[in-house]
Amino acid sequence: MDFRLKALTKSIWVFHVSAGSCNNCDIEILDCLTPRFDVERFGIQLVGSVRHADALLVTGAMNRKSIPRLKQIYEQAPKPCVVVACGICAISQNMFRGSYSMGDPLDKIIPVDVYIPGCPPKPEAIISGIVKLVAKIRGK
Amino acid sequence: MSHKIIVPIGPYHPLQEEPEFFQLYVEGEKVVDIDIIIGYNHRGIEKISESKHFDQVAFAVERICGICSSSHPYAYVLAVEDILGGEAAVVPRRAVYIRTIVDELQRIHSHLLWLGLAGHFIGYNTVWMWAWKYREPVLDLFEMVTGNRNNYAMMKIGGVRRDIKDEDIPVIQKSLDELVPALKMFKGAVMDDPVIRCRLEGVGVLTREQAIDYSVVGPTARASGLDMDVRRDDPYGAYADLDWNIFIEKTGDIFAKTKIRILEMEESIRIIRQCLTKLPEGPIDADIKDIPPGEGIGRVEAPRGECFHYIKSDGTNRPVRHKIRAPSFMNVASNKVAVVGGTISDATITLAAVDPCYCCTERVAVVRKDDNSKIMNGWDLIKLSQEKTARLRERRA
Amino acid sequence: MDIKEKIKEKFGNAITDWRQPSSRRVYLGVSRDDIFRVSEFLFKTIGLRLATVSACQVSSGFEILYHFSDDKSGTVYSLRVELRDRDRPCVDSITPICSAAEWVEREIWEMLGITFKNHPNLKRLLLAEDWPDGKYPLRKQES
Repeated sequence: MDFRLKALTKSIWVFHVSAGSCNNCDIEILDCLTPRFDVERFGIQLVGSVRHADALLVTGAMNRKSIPRLKQIYEQAPKPCVVVACGICAISQNMFRGSYSMGDPLDKIIPVDVYIPGCPPKPEAIISGIVKLVAKIRGK
Repeated sequence: MSHKIIVPIGPYHPLQEEPEFFQLYVEGEKVVDIDIIIGYNHRGIEKISESKHFDQVAFAVERICGICSSSHPYAYVLAVEDILGGEAAVVPRRAVYIRTIVDELQRIHSHLLWLGLAGHFIGYNTVWMWAWKYREPVLDLFEMVTGNRNNYAMMKIGGVRRDIKDEDIPVIQKSLDELVPALKMFKGAVMDDPVIRCRLEGVGVLTREQAIDYSVVGPTARASGLDMDVRRDDPYGAYADLDWNIFIEKTGDIFAKTKIRILEMEESIRIIRQCLTKLPEGPIDADIKDIPPGEGIGRVEAPRGECFHYIKSDGTNRPVRHKIRAPSFMNVASNKVAVVGGTISDATITLAAVDPCYCCTERVAVVRKDDNSKIMNGWDLIKLSQEKTARLRERRA
Repeated sequence: MDIKEKIKEKFGNAITDWRQPSSRRVYLGVSRDDIFRVSEFLFKTIGLRLATVSACQVSSGFEILYHFSDDKSGTVYSLRVELRDRDRPCVDSITPICSAAEWVEREIWEMLGITFKNHPNLKRLLLAEDWPDGKYPLRKQES
């Protein structure tokens, strides 16, 4: 199904992957599902398989051991797939840039479409980022 | 060793081959061996510390684990203050009380987080939603007091960075008042539910001897009958001035670990209330400028157990060596014995029972022992665990 | 007899350099040849808990600290072993005494290149598989 058509007719399915994070961003992402934020009312759903994903939500500072898995997951995602860098680690590796256990920043590994800054970004910021993304795809 | 995906179980497609955190080897329904592979979150913080000033290190260690966001900086500043003569000698009393309040609020939010995830793993999604719903007001308190829901930047060598304003105190008290009935509800819902008891009692047992051999800490240790808690044993913070209890169970199963965490949350509320009542006046920062040469050890009772930091200083403004040992480092290794001998459907909740970082539990694979073929992934295991609970419920209905 | 007295009685001159900078911190010097039996005594006979093991490079070679916690008194007994071999530092593994040491020693081996003799599973723990052999991140000359 054409991506834009999909965006108009059903939820955006988001797959979350962490590549060397402290879990703060990951917990705030899960928080978006809870009653206070209830991200599903915006048409956003977290899914358990990357093969169903419309968007990849990536956290973490790109630990060397995690990068091959991240690449594999990106390859398995049906294209087009939007990539969202969530948190300052995914954007610029935070204070871990240059550490011996880190690889390249995320946007040198796979193409990134949306950057949500924060350490961690609040659920409001995460939802705002994804809503902007959905609006952009729907051409509003 | 070849990995073949044979039969995907559950509605989710299996993840592609990749190095897993936990590789479970099975014969039939039984787990006979486990490989634990870690390092996916390793960011080299000990090395980073050596190139940062002592002040900067506190911000780096905060990001070791997002859930224990105040334990690591607290243990770190205690290690440095150990070189200076100890927290009690160096840090103003008001700062000590504020540190205690922040650390106990963290215990509540962390245990609620765990309760929610554990509920999800055994198929009680309502528990998940309710636990995380009641976690939100605690995060609101953090935002009010420290400026952020997570990553508080409160701990500083010689004190704390922000004060608790007088007008904040009734707000905190009110939030705690609202939390008390919620925790009572969880206590009743979890401990009196015959299906949950049946699901968790006798499951994932870590015997006392195994707990000693693996040097586990925190609720994992206390559930196996080991009487240890850094807050009492190697006192720091305001704990020696306050009236509070430690909870020990003897069975070593997941029910024991759950019970201890729920009781600890109620106890944390009691501790915070006492701190607010007794909060001393005065400065919040000793304004430490130089760290003399020496070595120090700082440890705190994080929600997961003893968090241990060692610092070696040579009198310059950077640490020579910073050793960090998170509680999960000891506890996760004990899964080698706790999971083996159990069934696949109990594997997820057993792995989760030591309260590792969330990321660890999502990366599990099950492999058939005789031919090393991969048959299930983490999502399948969660589903199996939830199905077991449903079967138990049907049997009792 | 308290723990310090028991250690003195059992090991006498094998313990060099007693330091107690504060009431709950004790640092004891132990030779490389004695670390196994002293650790065994503290863990099995006295019943202390292994909190962790830390190691670092020093000017004469390496220094390893075995931190044992007496939870009854809140005291940490840290056994200090000096290794004067800069090229092939090694010491007996204490994993046969205490399973908790397995991961702790593996981490020290991969970060600093100290070999633990008789370790049942001395392989990488945290570093990526493609991390080059012979490069130890926590050694001072490594960047």
